[in-house]
Amino acid sequence: MHINFLKKRNRDRFNVEYVPSFPVLALICILCLYAPMVPLLFYSFNDSTLLTVWHGFSWQWYEAAWNNERVQEVTLRSLGLALQASVYSTILATMAALATTRVPKYRGQGLIYAVINQPIMVPEIVTAVALLIFFASIKAATGYQGTAYLVLAHTAFCIPFSYLPIRARLENMNLSLENAAADLYASPWRTFKRVTFPLLFPGILAGAMLAFVISLDDVVITEFVKTPGKDTLPTYMLGELRREVTPEINAISSVLFVVSILLVGMTFLISSKK
Amino acid sequence: MDQNIQSVVEFPESKLERLKAKQRTIRNYFLSAPALIVLTIAASGPLFIMLFYSFLTADEWGGVVWQGSLQGWFEVFMRHDIFDGTLLPADAHLSIFWRSIKLSLVTTLLCIVFGFPTAYFIATRPRSQRSFWLFLVTVPFWTNLLIRTFAIMQILSHSGFVNKFLQSLGLIEEPLRLLYTETAVTIGMAYVYLPLMVLPLYATIERLDFSLLEAAYDLYASRLQVLRRVIIPLVKPGLVAGSILVFIPSIGAYVTPRLLGGGKSLMLGNLIELQFGQGRNWPLGAALSITLLVIVMVAMLFYVRSTSRSGVNHAH
Repeated sequence: MHINFLKKRNRDRFNVEYVPSFPVLALICILCLYAPMVPLLFYSFNDSTLLTVWHGFSWQWYEAAWNNERVQEVTLRSLGLALQASVYSTILATMAALATTRVPKYRGQGLIYAVINQPIMVPEIVTAVALLIFFASIKAATGYQGTAYLVLAHTAFCIPFSYLPIRARLENMNLSLENAAADLYASPWRTFKRVTFPLLFPGILAGAMLAFVISLDDVVITEFVKTPGKDTLPTYMLGELRREVTPEINAISSVLFVVSILLVGMTFLISSKK
Repeated sequence: MDQNIQSVVEFPESKLERLKAKQRTIRNYFLSAPALIVLTIAASGPLFIMLFYSFLTADEWGGVVWQGSLQGWFEVFMRHDIFDGTLLPADAHLSIFWRSIKLSLVTTLLCIVFGFPTAYFIATRPRSQRSFWLFLVTVPFWTNLLIRTFAIMQILSHSGFVNKFLQSLGLIEEPLRLLYTETAVTIGMAYVYLPLMVLPLYATIERLDFSLLEAAYDLYASRLQVLRRVIIPLVKPGLVAGSILVFIPSIGAYVTPRLLGGGKSLMLGNLIELQFGQGRNWPLGAALSITLLVIVMVAMLFYVRSTSRSGVNHAH
C-alpha cells in the first residue's frame, strides 16, 4: 500500500506534463461551475415561499409556473421566436458556409467572414442600443409594431452561432463525392440535394440547435428591441428578479437549465458523430 | 515544337478554368449575400446609424431632434457645474468608466487564475477523456446567463449558502453583505465568462510540444521555472485570446451588474441603458456606446498586434 503510494508519487514527479496544484485547482474550478446551480435546483422543490430555508419536498412551484398565464404567454412567445430565428439563421448560415468553405480564395472573403462573426465581437449592449435607435425610427415611419423586429434581430445574432458547426463539418468533408456527382452529370442543385446536404446534415442540425439555445437565452437585445408589454421568457424573468423572488423563478430556471443542457448535449453528440 | 503543342493544348483549358473560377466566385457572392444583408440590416448597419445619432440633439421626451450637436459627446467626459456653470469633468461617468475597466480586468485575471490550470488539466488528460472534460466546461456557457447570474445571486444573498457556511464555521457572527457590491459583480462575471477563457487556452495547450518541458527539466529547471519560463511563454497566444474573449463581454456586461451590483456598482452597460430609459438622453447614450465600442476595438487591436508579434517570434 505504502509502496504503491510512493510509486504514484514518483510517477507524478517524473511526468513532465504534471504541474503541482493544477489538477486540484482544475477540479475545484469545474466543481465551482456547477455548484451554484445546486441550491437553485434544490429550492425549486421547496414547500415554502422562502428561498433559503428547506421545508419539505413539493412540486408546487412547478405547478404554479405551469398554471401561470403570464408564464405560458411569454414561454410560447420565446419558443416561437427561437424556432423562427433558428430556422432562418441556419438557412442563411448554411448558404454562407458553402460560400466561404472549401473554395479557392476570392476577393472579399475576409470581409464576409468578418461581417458574419461581427455579432460575437461587439458587446451585446451596443448592438441592442443601435437596434433600439434603428427600429424606433422605422416604427415612427411605418407604424408597424409587430414581432418582425425581434425575429430579424435574433436571426442576425444567431447567424455566427449556426455558422460555426456547419463550417466545421464542411471543412472535414472532401470534395471528391461532389466532384463524382458532377462528373455523372448531376446538376449543381441535384448534387447539393443528394450529396452535400445529407453529408452536411449533422452540422446543420447542430447549428440550428445552437441558434435555438442562443435565441431562447437572449436577454439584452430582446430587452431593448421588444415592444413594451410583449416579454419573452428571459426578459420576463429579468423583470421578476427585480421584484420579490419566489421559488417559482427557481422552478422556471431549473426547467430552462435542463432544456439547455439537453439541447447542448445533443448538439455535442450530433457534431462529434462522423 | 514540343513546347508549342503543349501551349496549344493548355491554353483553352486554363481559360476554361479561369472562367469556371470566376463563375464559382460569383456563386459564392450570391450564396453569402442573404446572410450579409440580414447582418448589415440588424447588426452592422445600425452601428453607423447610432454614430450619426450621437451627433444630434436630445429630445426631452426621448428620441432626438434633427439638429446637429456635440452635446452628447461633450457630456460623456464633461459637465457644467449646477451653480456657476463652470466646466468640470463628468466625474460620475468617469468613475463608471474606471469601475467597468477595473472590474473587467480583475474578472479577466480571476479567469486566468482558475481557467489556466483547468485548461492545462484537460489538455493533459488521455485523448479519450478530453472531450468529456471539455463538455463539462462548455455546458455552463450554453446555459442561460440570466439563470447563472440568478444562481450566484442566491448563494451570495443575506441568508444564502456562503453566509450560512461562514456562520456555521464560526468565522462570522452576522451575515456579511455580499450582494450588491463590486465583489459580487466580479465574482458573477468571472463565473459566467470562465468557459471563454478555458476554451482558447485548451486549444493552445493541446498543441504544446511537451518535449520542450522535458528539455527544461533535463537542464535542472525547477517546476516553477518551467511554468514561468517555458509553459507560460509558449501558451501566451491562448492566454491573450482568452483574456480578450473574457474582457469584451465583461466591459459591456449589463445583466450581471444589474442583478448583482445594485445601484452603487453601475457599469457602462447600465449607464448606457439609463440614457435610453429614465435619462432620456439618446445622443449621450449613443456616444457612450460608441466609446464602449472603441474600448473594445482597442483591446482587439492589442490582441491582433500581440498575436502577429508572437508569430514573428515563432518564425525565428
